[in-house]
Amino acid sequence: MLGLDGVGVFLAYIMSIFAGIGCVVYGIKNWNTPADADVDKEINEEIEWEKSDPENEERD
Amino acid sequence: MNILLITIVTLVYLIITAFFGYLGWRHTKDATDFLLAGRKTHPFIMAVSYGSTFISTSAIIGFGGAAAVFGMGVLWLTFLNIGVGIFIAFVIFGKRTRKMGHNLDAHTFPELIGKRYNSKLLQGASGLMIFVAMPLYAGSVIIGGAQFIAQTLSISYEAALFFFVAVVAVYVIMGGLKGVLYTDAFQGVIMFISMIILLIATYWMLGGVIDSHKALTNIAPEAVKVWGKAGHEGWTTMPATGSVFWWQLISTIVLGVGIGVLAQPQLAVRFMTVKSDRELNRGVLIGGVFILMMTGVAFTVGALTNVYFLNNPAFGKISVLAADKRVDNIIPLYINSAMPVWFTALFMVTMLAAAMSTLSAQFHTMGSAFGRDFIEQGINIKTGSTILTTKVSMGFAIILSTFLAYFLPRFFEQGSAIIAIGTAIFMGLCAATFLPLYFGGLFTRRITKAGALAGFFSGLATSSFWIMFIHAKESVPLGLCKALFGVPTLAGQSSLQFVDPIVIALPVSIVVTIVVSIFTKSPDSEHLERCFSGLR
Repeated sequence: MLGLDGVGVFLAYIMSIFAGIGCVVYGIKNWNTPADADVDKEINEEIEWEKSDPENEERD
Repeated sequence: MNILLITIVTLVYLIITAFFGYLGWRHTKDATDFLLAGRKTHPFIMAVSYGSTFISTSAIIGFGGAAAVFGMGVLWLTFLNIGVGIFIAFVIFGKRTRKMGHNLDAHTFPELIGKRYNSKLLQGASGLMIFVAMPLYAGSVIIGGAQFIAQTLSISYEAALFFFVAVVAVYVIMGGLKGVLYTDAFQGVIMFISMIILLIATYWMLGGVIDSHKALTNIAPEAVKVWGKAGHEGWTTMPATGSVFWWQLISTIVLGVGIGVLAQPQLAVRFMTVKSDRELNRGVLIGGVFILMMTGVAFTVGALTNVYFLNNPAFGKISVLAADKRVDNIIPLYINSAMPVWFTALFMVTMLAAAMSTLSAQFHTMGSAFGRDFIEQGINIKTGSTILTTKVSMGFAIILSTFLAYFLPRFFEQGSAIIAIGTAIFMGLCAATFLPLYFGGLFTRRITKAGALAGFFSGLATSSFWIMFIHAKESVPLGLCKALFGVPTLAGQSSLQFVDPIVIALPVSIVVTIVVSIFTKSPDSEHLERCFSGLR
């Protein structure tokens, strides 16, 4: 078990690595999800939201 | 010599940080422009900036030190950090938080839940709670940085604290949450490189991956000698089930922080400022790897320091004894004695980077929680300028956090993992107060205003009671229980005194939220339509 004594620690060690790998797989699969058109819509929505932030400082 | 090198590297780092900050500022006229500019930004820069905000000196110095005591079982927290703190947070909570935040035009976490439940009381009370309790977490982050500087430069902790807070305060007051994309990414890259070197060097020094684990396994009797009565059975195995160490590891370190991260106000705000769901999907990739390399390395190296210190004739004892029972000094001591000077200099800027990116988000959250959510919305005092109110509140938050960073190391008994405890208390409190109503607010239409308020206050009351009167780790140094009832904890000799507040307060809060919601009137459908617009 990789030199580790207890099953609990061994599982924590390898599951942490697998969780990291799982995130990589998810990220690659969804790298371009949602599509450009949806992203543009979301960004415009985000801009409107930012404009209404009371802390939004306009600069010259 | 060493100090000169470290000073030069630190100055170069600060100059580069300032340059990136200026670059970001010059290229964007305002927040709208910043977002438009961000469209052209490489996804790598976007994604790495996330990671550096999540991970701080608390995780590396504080929990790395805790791993030197508890052993590699702390890696369960890494698993939760990735599985819950990244995957569930981004994919499940992040996307809905972003959308609902936009639907309700909410700009802070208290504002989001306040508007979701149509309750100024909830917004004000949660703003106040964040302002009062978050300094505990920010203070812990500061302790981590100051401890490392004190050890490295051989100066007093107080002097290191002053220097560290001064640098961070200038950065935070000049910067803010927006426009820090490049600096965050720059800081993230430094942290990543530094931790990879630390992992490889440690494994190489101790004879390879498996051999170093075996060496740690073989010195288990040393751990049993010191903590055997409390349930420690070695650094590569879990503590005895139900023992003091088991409860501390599982309930405080792993659950408290692993679950609590879901209801972190500064993280929820981060979701709302993400440009699109695509950034969240991409963030999962970078975030997962980044957290693995940060906490995974810190916890593994933290535990392995025991082999180094025990086998090194200059010390000849396990980590906690080598560091004079100061758990939070274990990682700094290891870096300074085991690693070459150039790495110590690199690690110095790594700690600054880790603290600066996290503290800027924390201080901004505390400032807006007090200024906007409590003062302006909660108790309805109109101020001339929201920005000024937030900045003044931020100033108070910095002072309060620094005071705690000064005071906390004197508060807990010797041998305590102060940074880890401080972080865990805050995260546990967030989970008990916010998680049921936050989750319920995002995913169901049935949780009512009364249910949310009852859940919030029952979670807050249960946590506070448990901290003050039951959980010995805090009730003993606080002394309130002793003064009122003549005993250090109301739990007597039972194991309850080791059970973390989150184990009791979170279920109480969940049950109260659900039960009160069942017996109170549903919110009006028009409001719900607005909240859930575009959400299934």
